[in-house]
Amino acid sequence: MTEYTTFEHDVLVIGAGGAGLRAAIEASAAGASVGLVCKSLLGKAHTVMAEGGMAAALANVDDRDNWKVHFSDTMRGGQYINNWRMAELHAREAPDRVRELEAWGAVFDRTKDGKILQRNFGGHRYPRLAHVGDRTGLELIRTLQDHGIHQGIEVYMEVTVVSLLKDGDRVVGAFAYEREHGRFRVFKAKAVILATGGVGRAFKITSNSWEGTGDGHTLAYDAGAELIDMEFVQFHPTGMVWPPSVRGILVTEGVRGEGGILTNSEGKRFMFDDIPDNYKDQTADSPEEGWRYVTGDKNARRPPELLTRDHVARAIVREVKAGRGSPHGGVYLDIAWIKENLSNAPEHIKKKLPSMYHQFKQLADLDITTTPMEIGPTTHYIMGGVRVDSDTQASTLPGLFAAGECAAGINGANRLGGNSLSDLLVFGKRAGEFAAAYANENPQGNIDDGQIEQTARQALKPFERAGGENPFAIQYALQDMMQDLVGIVRTEEEMQRALVGITTLRERTKNVSVTGNIDFNPGWHTALDLNNLLTVSEAITRAAIERKESRGGQYRDDYPAKGEEFGKINYTLKKSADGKMQIESVPIPDMPEELQAIIEEMG
Amino acid sequence: MVNYTTEISEGMVVLDAVLQIQAESAGDLACRWNCKAGKCGSCSAEINGKPKLMCMTRLNTLLMDEPVTIEPMRAFPPIKDLITDVSWNFEVKKRIKKFKPRPPDAPDGTWRMYQEDIDRVQEFRKCIECFLCQDVCHVLRDHEKHADFIGPRFLVYAAALEMHPLDTEDRLGELKDAHGLGYCNITKCCTKVCPENITITDNAIIPLKERVVDEFYDPFKKLVKLFRKK
Repeated sequence: MTEYTTFEHDVLVIGAGGAGLRAAIEASAAGASVGLVCKSLLGKAHTVMAEGGMAAALANVDDRDNWKVHFSDTMRGGQYINNWRMAELHAREAPDRVRELEAWGAVFDRTKDGKILQRNFGGHRYPRLAHVGDRTGLELIRTLQDHGIHQGIEVYMEVTVVSLLKDGDRVVGAFAYEREHGRFRVFKAKAVILATGGVGRAFKITSNSWEGTGDGHTLAYDAGAELIDMEFVQFHPTGMVWPPSVRGILVTEGVRGEGGILTNSEGKRFMFDDIPDNYKDQTADSPEEGWRYVTGDKNARRPPELLTRDHVARAIVREVKAGRGSPHGGVYLDIAWIKENLSNAPEHIKKKLPSMYHQFKQLADLDITTTPMEIGPTTHYIMGGVRVDSDTQASTLPGLFAAGECAAGINGANRLGGNSLSDLLVFGKRAGEFAAAYANENPQGNIDDGQIEQTARQALKPFERAGGENPFAIQYALQDMMQDLVGIVRTEEEMQRALVGITTLRERTKNVSVTGNIDFNPGWHTALDLNNLLTVSEAITRAAIERKESRGGQYRDDYPAKGEEFGKINYTLKKSADGKMQIESVPIPDMPEELQAIIEEMG
Repeated sequence: MVNYTTEISEGMVVLDAVLQIQAESAGDLACRWNCKAGKCGSCSAEINGKPKLMCMTRLNTLLMDEPVTIEPMRAFPPIKDLITDVSWNFEVKKRIKKFKPRPPDAPDGTWRMYQEDIDRVQEFRKCIECFLCQDVCHVLRDHEKHADFIGPRFLVYAAALEMHPLDTEDRLGELKDAHGLGYCNITKCCTKVCPENITITDNAIIPLKERVVDEFYDPFKKLVKLFRKK
């Protein structure tokens, strides 16, 4: 018999980044007893890495902004296969969610008249991102954390969920282990919210921490829930490329929002060469106009560096492939040039982008106020995730909810920068609210000891084998393969090879062994993560093969154009009865006339 | 102390070396890390005796003709390898009264604050909670006054709340008594190790001490209070 301790809550939240914390606060405010489980210490989740800001149409800087413009920008950025209802709710509710943070103690940068300051970002028509220098994510997570600890939420730090527990179809809890001594934990809950973030660790070059292993995606999938839009992975255009040990670390889009430009080895500002038709009207046609835009001229249009991330990332790849890259395989991002226009440029850069200044100074011996940075694309975010109801965040399984990056719908084929922090606030709150309501209407389910026994036995197997595969080696092999075969530019032939590779790696995983004892053992943890990484890798690959077109985050070298019929569908993935991954296309419901009219009006 | 050997390449930081050793030869070598960019404050350790973030310490800044020593933070109970039990910090924070804003300034429920009035608070809010300042504070590290003194991290936290333009809560009495503000004798060790360059002592702790003095030890105020009581 497996030994374990049981904890009981009305609502269990898995993940304590922005979405998880916001959900926990809401559920707890609704009167539910809330347990919050996180893999790391509280306040260390990947949300702290968010730099640029959170998008909300507060209209503090440009009074032409409103939720309708934000909605239409989000749909355009997502290439119109977003869940339009989520995009609408997000645009409508984001301003209140941001103001609420201020009531909880957040200290945003200010406008001259004392309001929350907003900055420019890619794909947003007006300055829309509430921010704190380039450490907005830290401000957000700390505000939620410091508010949440006084709400009576029970936090379980350094606890990892291994599987969801079910009573029939319904999710009724989770099976987990605590890292310090490897002891098992059973969480009984009337409702469970997944808020586990992303999958970046499936790729070699990523801005994500070790935690981004697709846990929530896989927990939901293994329990029988549907995933959607998994082919859409966001490769952020600007990650560090040198030195090798920092490759992939994020360089905020805020650098471009503050006037940073992209140049190739010939010194050419190449983004002016390739402006997509649907953004031509909104894009500056000269560097001079671009500079006026970033310095607040309302009559100017935004510079091409602030086109959507999918587009900028591909333009960079093209420059590098054409032999016009920087010495270490990237291109240049130059903010130092603004000294031509600003007398106090170095001070201005340090004030607006303090952590970028320090990051390059300390990790790359480079002063961004005098020298251009070398940058290249890095795996940053997944638009796909658990398929949820737009209003309640309920998954396709009763009792299971999802919010934030591990849920899907709002972003469509590409997420706009700044929409992630507002997404996790808007839908974190909704998930908390509706999970608490579900918990109020349903009793605790039955915990099945059989499921616990089986999961525990499986989890301990790596200790029973000796001399087997090294879990880190399998993880690295998968990351190399996904980077090479399912990266920014994709083809059918390469992706079919990736599927074969995933099957081989799954076989190798069955022979993983770990050394040492069960106390705080990173090797064991990595071994348990492998199923998650392999599952999301397979989902990404299968969906990407099926979508035979290029759209947003998905670029197919064998189908470089957009396909009209693919603009009407999303792909869902589900575990079939025989354990195989099943893919299905589902039609996008018709948009109500009111929303259709907004999109037409915004051009 | 265990010796490990691994190959060093250009630009590597201490954390890279630890993770490489973990992957190559010691899968159970325990350390905390997350962002690997100096933003989350997870990978605090004592490197060649100096409290630092492993992710922001480049190997080429250390003397490489001798082995690099990496030890866990000493002010907290050890758990395993580089991991210490830092849970005390999370308990301390709960004891500090939360933010309590004044009523909104505008009818739409928003406030007005000016950048020059929040610069100081924003400096404090840069804190990534790496607890290196707690680690070097001799009141905690050598005298183990964890029960009586909240340490520099939470004095900065309290200062951020006390100096927040919207906050109306009064924490001075508790800072003086329950939180042990008087234990700090301004040796500035905390300021020296802060990876975010927060001027902990000069900008947070000393002004808090001044406020406490003004509130409780100002002879004129005492006189006024005496009369008020009657």
